[in-house]
Amino acid sequence: MFRNQYDTDVTTWSPAGRLFQVEYAMEAVKQGSAAIGLRSKTHVVLACVNKANSELSSHQKKIFKVDDHIGVAIAGLTADGRVLSRYMRSECINHSFTYESPLPVGRLVVQLADKAQVCTQRSWKRPFGVGLLVGGLDESGAHLYYNCPSGNYFEYQAFAIGSRSQAAKTYLERRFENFVDSSREDLIRDALIATRETLQGEKLRSSICTVAVLGVGEPFQILDQETVQQLIDKFELVGEEETPAAEPDAAAADEGGAAEQGGGTEPGPAAEPAPMDI
Amino acid sequence: MTKQQANWSPYDNNGGSCVAVAGADYCVVAADTRMSSGYNILTRDYSKICKLADKCVMASSGFQADVKALQKLLAARHLIYQHQHNKQMSCPAMAQLLSNTLYYKRFFPYYSFNVLGGLDSEGKGCVFTYDAVGSYEKVGYSSQGSGSTLIMPFLDNQLKSPSPLLLPALDAVTPLSESEAVDLVKTVFASATERDIYTGDKLEIVILNAEGIRREYMELRKD
Repeated sequence: MFRNQYDTDVTTWSPAGRLFQVEYAMEAVKQGSAAIGLRSKTHVVLACVNKANSELSSHQKKIFKVDDHIGVAIAGLTADGRVLSRYMRSECINHSFTYESPLPVGRLVVQLADKAQVCTQRSWKRPFGVGLLVGGLDESGAHLYYNCPSGNYFEYQAFAIGSRSQAAKTYLERRFENFVDSSREDLIRDALIATRETLQGEKLRSSICTVAVLGVGEPFQILDQETVQQLIDKFELVGEEETPAAEPDAAAADEGGAAEQGGGTEPGPAAEPAPMDI
Repeated sequence: MTKQQANWSPYDNNGGSCVAVAGADYCVVAADTRMSSGYNILTRDYSKICKLADKCVMASSGFQADVKALQKLLAARHLIYQHQHNKQMSCPAMAQLLSNTLYYKRFFPYYSFNVLGGLDSEGKGCVFTYDAVGSYEKVGYSSQGSGSTLIMPFLDNQLKSPSPLLLPALDAVTPLSESEAVDLVKTVFASATERDIYTGDKLEIVILNAEGIRREYMELRKD
């Protein structure tokens, strides 16, 4: 991305037909800490990496409940994300009030996209600097969408945004065909592994990640730290890289065991030295 | 030339009575389930009680269309509160919200006569009683609706606490046990049903305590 004479205004086209301000806004998304989403036919799992600025401060909230059946994970300018979450919540409440039924997630993302588009066509506004992974339910099951600052939105089986998200995407691309029929547990496991991929060597523990689940018959909830740590331990994710192979999920347990060579089968992260330190 | 009177009213009175009684660690909210219009019964099985929050229940008599609109509004506002504060609204907070919501329509009121019952943040029972435009007061017990003129004097006789004007302020909640309070409410409705034509069919009782919310029903005279 180079500084040039067509990037001052969002309402200025470049000769190549690009809106640089919009593209710069998408850069802001890439700079934020990672957020990951995956879905099966009945569940959506959202996970994100929480990076606090310093040890003294708390981390920013990146996953928001929008309604019982919709949740959103954001990456980029979290302040913009908060404002958009508030808008989404308000739309859901108004729809429920008028129609006594939950707002289908597919409609919500269109409204969100239109809202983002407005900011790409007003000289006195700037695009939202946040990417949103919207997970939700409608009559046909679970869906995952990605909303861009550009006003585009796409539906995904699984996706990752933010810094070092490419590592997560690579993992997800290998495994996504299995996700449709995944169980809730397997989906969470894959989300945690994908999150671990973005950490590039740092130890995965519940204090630096947040996981949220929603599904048919299960309202959106952010899993508490203890539960997440138990899941990390159970899936023995503290260990080395998972053996790379497109193995079906049935062999997942074996995979986890094979990868954790020195760890044994009991979860005991406190007792062992973190193998990643080798 | 006499002044022209309106031949259409935006309001109707669907009748019914509501009662709430606060105890040391519980709250009982009750209402009959008869919905009427004029001298007709519209249905014998309509709930006037709405759970607004985990520890806050409202019973309203009057014009049920306005009551429904009011309940929906409060439920939506409660959702917003939960999103913003990450917790449920307390009963006193909901009480203030209801008052403000009613006064907002001071010049085209909700024809809704409400009693709000629940547990405060210490787990003690609390009851708030309202008029149609939001004037409210925290009390130990209250009744509203078509049977309230029959019910209130009886509750005064059984539950009346020392005047709230006395100093130091004395506890408004009744020393009765939960089962005694429920029995009292059943007695009260059975009596009101005898003489108030708009009260009857079935009694719905909601009891809030530390364990949660419980519902009980009792048949009333259907004439």
